[in-house]
Amino acid sequence: MSQTIALSHDIHRDDEGSKIGMWLFIFTELLLFAGLFIVYGVYRYLNPVAFHLAAEELSVTVGTVNTIILLVSSACMAMASSAIRMRKKGMTMLMLATTLFIAFMFMVNKYFEWEGKFHHGLFPGSEDLLKLGQGDTLFYGLYFFMTGLHALHIIVGIVLITIVSVKVNNNKLTAENPVLLDNAGLYWHLVDLIWIFLFPLFYLIA
Amino acid sequence: MSNHESETTTHVSFREEKGKYKGIFAWIFSTDHKRIGLLYLYAIVTFFLVGVSLGAAMKLELIAPGKTIMNPEAYNAIFTLHGVIMIFLVVVPGLPAVFGNFFLPIMIGAKDVAFPKLNLMSWWVYIAGAIIALSALFMGGGPPDTGWTFYAPYSFKTNTNMLPAVIGAFVLGFSSILTGINFIVTIHRMRAPGMTWFRLPLFPWTLYGTAWIQILATPIVGITLLMIVGERLFHIGFFDPALGGDPILYQHLFWIYSHPAVYIMILPAMGAISEIIPTFANKSIFGYKAIVISTLAIAFVGYFVWGHHMFTSGMSGTALYTFSFLTFLVAIPSAIKVFNWVGTLHKASIQLEPPFFWAASFLFVFMIGGLSGLALGALATNVHLHDTAFVVAHFHFIVFGGVGFAFMGAIHYWFPKIWGRMYNTRVATTGWILFFIGFTTLYLPMFFLGIDGMPRRYYDYVDRFHGPNIISTVGSWVLITGLIIILVNLIKGAKSGPKAGKNPWGGRTLEWEVDSPPTLENFEEIPVIERSPYDYR
Repeated sequence: MSQTIALSHDIHRDDEGSKIGMWLFIFTELLLFAGLFIVYGVYRYLNPVAFHLAAEELSVTVGTVNTIILLVSSACMAMASSAIRMRKKGMTMLMLATTLFIAFMFMVNKYFEWEGKFHHGLFPGSEDLLKLGQGDTLFYGLYFFMTGLHALHIIVGIVLITIVSVKVNNNKLTAENPVLLDNAGLYWHLVDLIWIFLFPLFYLIA
Repeated sequence: MSNHESETTTHVSFREEKGKYKGIFAWIFSTDHKRIGLLYLYAIVTFFLVGVSLGAAMKLELIAPGKTIMNPEAYNAIFTLHGVIMIFLVVVPGLPAVFGNFFLPIMIGAKDVAFPKLNLMSWWVYIAGAIIALSALFMGGGPPDTGWTFYAPYSFKTNTNMLPAVIGAFVLGFSSILTGINFIVTIHRMRAPGMTWFRLPLFPWTLYGTAWIQILATPIVGITLLMIVGERLFHIGFFDPALGGDPILYQHLFWIYSHPAVYIMILPAMGAISEIIPTFANKSIFGYKAIVISTLAIAFVGYFVWGHHMFTSGMSGTALYTFSFLTFLVAIPSAIKVFNWVGTLHKASIQLEPPFFWAASFLFVFMIGGLSGLALGALATNVHLHDTAFVVAHFHFIVFGGVGFAFMGAIHYWFPKIWGRMYNTRVATTGWILFFIGFTTLYLPMFFLGIDGMPRRYYDYVDRFHGPNIISTVGSWVLITGLIIILVNLIKGAKSGPKAGKNPWGGRTLEWEVDSPPTLENFEEIPVIERSPYDYR
């Protein structure tokens, strides 16, 4: 057995392949949400007035703040990818930490927003919501389900970026093999992108 | 996984290779694509036997009108479990997970798939999904009784254990997606030098088409099942008319996945048949490019026909005509393939061996299944036949006849490569004859019952349906006898059959150039491909 082949098996590495794999996974994530967008589209078409009025209940300010900070975090993630290639470990760590901090902030905002809705009885299964009618029930059902699923993705992203940070800190992930950081970044941009669609659908079209 | 051993010993098969772990752990923690393929095989065969037993119990119940061996509730639970097990645990993973894992890397001249660890994870996710789904049986509330389609609103009204079944199906979808991603990247990145796209054998081609369907369609059913979970846990009302939801929307979302899923099942089966037929015809495949293009055409058009499951559910006339037209359209690429297979056999000197018998009978049952599908795709006949035994006969001819026969053909074809031994071909042929006769006796009468008006999923029927039902039940016994003979023969062959050489059938694709069973790394040196995969003469 020749040396080259033994090497190519043991240290099989294909960054291009890993990225293709990540992009394919991102397709599946987009399609997961696409199913919900279809449901949203159908019910908005059937209940235009109720959806309009229900959307006015949501705070555009909180939504805008969350959108802006999430965009900033995506930029940080992209800068982390560049920084690791320039062998600036400190800068990479700083950018990853900022991303994580913003992700937590997003979740805190989300918590207060959801808590407010619960306080007003606007949650699936509540008596108050049923009194408002079917359109509102569907709107808040979709609101909690879609933003909830998105929040779940934020949590997965936090776990992923934490793992990457630990690896960068231990010098397991360096300028020679940055593909895991790139892929975590791709995932984070996906989470950001989905929010870019959720934000107008729930907060702005009113 | 270390390279030291492979340097000292020349031909150690992957089965004897010593890794980090011992005993069973050497298998369930192995990232070797061949071991993972066999892990899938053992799991799938186990679930298949459970599914067959449930099916046999249903047939036994239907041997006479009225209650025979079970009450209606048990019957509802059994047809649901039979469907869930057979679809999600057996047929959807089926050929790609077993033979795709084992042979895809070898057939494209690679040492493994692109992401071996992810591959092992897919198997573990599959097992986890299976355990979650089957735990529905053992919890209070009883097994689910909605049928495998989990139709709303019943799926969130019933008091049975729906949640584990639905969550299990969601997890299994995850496993399917991960396998799909792995295969696409493998085919794009790992082909041996010289293996251009049009030198790719047909089984990998069909796996490629299948993998795209897996990753593009499965998320839709994933989210739909999650919505059922949300519905049951939080009363969200997506599909509940009382809360403004629309149950028909559930059917649309469900079939947007589940129709393409039919092609997840059948495409790799077609790929296996496309490998078996040229080998036993000793002739290059007729119309290689036509088969490739029709594979991709099926994968593509298959997305746009889901509405034909819902002709009687309430859709606009335009939608009905469109879906019916597209359904006829999707039949064309399948017919092209049948034409190509028959064309390959034309004037060939055919080697009559068990794998060939399975492939030939595949053509027979697949044609019956396909043509009866056209009767269901036509609007007028569909209204008459919808939800009758005719539909059951149709999809068993396609799914059990098509995929099942192809799976049997594939395992008899690749058996000497996987185990390095040969089974008794005369016993295998006997088993095939019994299985084939049992199969047709079991399902053909159901076409007539369906046309006559016998509904599906009923545990009881009126007296005039008695005769064909008896024939059908007897058929199930013959089929099971054949199945037992086949299984015993294969197990005996794997344990103590005579040693098989590298290439017992005279195949031309790459897997026949490596050892039987292959070594851990498949190839000593990565081959350079300079010919088409089917250059017989």
